[in-house]
Amino acid sequence: MAEIVSLAEAIADAVHDGDTVAMEGFTHLIPHAAGREVIRQRRRDLTLVRMTPDVIYDQLIGAGCARKLVFSWGGNPGVGTLHRFRDAIEHDWPVPLELEEHSHAGMANRYVAGASGLPFAVLRGYSGTGLVSEPTNTRDNIAEIVCPFTGDRLTAVAALRPDVTVIHAQRADRKGNVQLWGITGVQKEAVLAAARSVVTVEEIVDELDPRPGAIVLPAWAVGRVALAPGGAHPSYALDYTIRDNDFYVTWDAISRDREAFARWLDEHVYAEAAS
Amino acid sequence: MTAPAPGEYTADEIMTVAAARALRDRVTCFVGIGLPSEAANLARATHSPDLVLIYESGPIGAKPGSLPLSIGDGILATTADTVVSVPEVFNYWLQPGRIEVGFLGAAQIDRFANINTTVIGADYAVPKVRLPGAGGAPEIAASCREVIVIVRQSLRTFVERVDFVTSVGFGDGPGSRKYLGLTGAGPQRIITNLGVLEPDRETCELLLTGVYPGVDVGQVRERTGWDLRVAAGLAEIEGPSAAELSALRALRATLPADGGKGAPAGGGAAPLGGAAPLGGAAP
Repeated sequence: MAEIVSLAEAIADAVHDGDTVAMEGFTHLIPHAAGREVIRQRRRDLTLVRMTPDVIYDQLIGAGCARKLVFSWGGNPGVGTLHRFRDAIEHDWPVPLELEEHSHAGMANRYVAGASGLPFAVLRGYSGTGLVSEPTNTRDNIAEIVCPFTGDRLTAVAALRPDVTVIHAQRADRKGNVQLWGITGVQKEAVLAAARSVVTVEEIVDELDPRPGAIVLPAWAVGRVALAPGGAHPSYALDYTIRDNDFYVTWDAISRDREAFARWLDEHVYAEAAS
Repeated sequence: MTAPAPGEYTADEIMTVAAARALRDRVTCFVGIGLPSEAANLARATHSPDLVLIYESGPIGAKPGSLPLSIGDGILATTADTVVSVPEVFNYWLQPGRIEVGFLGAAQIDRFANINTTVIGADYAVPKVRLPGAGGAPEIAASCREVIVIVRQSLRTFVERVDFVTSVGFGDGPGSRKYLGLTGAGPQRIITNLGVLEPDRETCELLLTGVYPGVDVGQVRERTGWDLRVAAGLAEIEGPSAAELSALRALRATLPADGGKGAPAGGGAAPLGGAAPLGGAAP
């Protein structure tokens, strides 16, 4: 049953050293405030899972929180390279980063399997690609299978079961029912696949009136809910905030240089009190 | 009105116009950010106002009035016929072959149109260049009824064999797609800054089938890492019309000054200008 707590409490309770952590949000509703709180609480040895490890995971990786990354597309959308990610892969800085990479369809289906309580999901995919044939860590979590009914060759992908999934949503009510709309990505599956969850929201309201295309995560299926207005920045929350495209460009310069990044961490993460 | 001469438009512009024309009479298109998104929206703004644009973030039937900067811009959701989850985009809409055309970019492409967006270099573990990875591309290449690739032509991109097969074109040649269980027809058109390549029906090898005004075959062959064959009846592709150019420039004017660099925001995107290497020098 959902508990409404502060963001600092939510992260302290739900995210532990060594955990497998999924922070989802496909361009929209990326839980940046929660990501910064994980950095602020200096979590270590995390296995970070995310389809598109953009700026949010560049920050966590650069801050030394991650041991491994499970992903399907790693770039700064609309800008280019993730420099902290690259520095970790090329120079083991600040710590080595192990990679496991998939396709978007593979990752999405891995969450679906986790949410469904199944050990794997099935899709047409991966066959003939280097994700199967090259020495990638991917191979531990995919397998060719034959359909028992038609004989079709298909691919099984192992379920993703994060210890904790973190998402940002537009709002929750006072019981902790969570409502999100616009591009809702893979957040529902990621929350239901995880043992624990943290949801940050733009606002907490008395009643969730209907919104076109909205999904609701019932309070009893959610762990901790924390108020974090603007908590998706530089991503956005439809009908609340707009995407800060300039920040994504600025991030390129901040993240390119270890010292500039360290200053950013000091000024914008460590110096700021948790909400 | 006289048609603009080759000096009056850029390589990106003629590529985008050629790609937009390839969407004439099409119903559905899976779109990535960068040139594919520009081309698809140019098609909507000109000859195909009813073209259904599908973005991997979930919007189906997006009708953005300005060019989106990211694969998940709000304008894609608020103008869409419906917005679905990411698992649904891939499982219900892409996988069964409901989507007619998929646009892909490439950091490398080989003679059988296999595509690499993962790593440059022979050793996966120690790449010369770390690229963004697969995104949605492998399944777009597998399951869209056909694929159009947009990529600049150079010896770095047009290679005999890709260093890593992120997305399968024709594999090792005839029969590969069927053997691998890939249901779509695969890449049917490769649109470059010099012209167009298409697969030979029998050998699956990419052939040069068209060049833009002012481009000669030697230039294209020089920028191809294998002995490129030229189709009988090589076409000269018409340059962009004044109307096409002004529609494209009007669309691009909706981007902020530093936007639209063409960096990919998903597997469907074309890694062109902002090819986003994640390690080492730019490819």
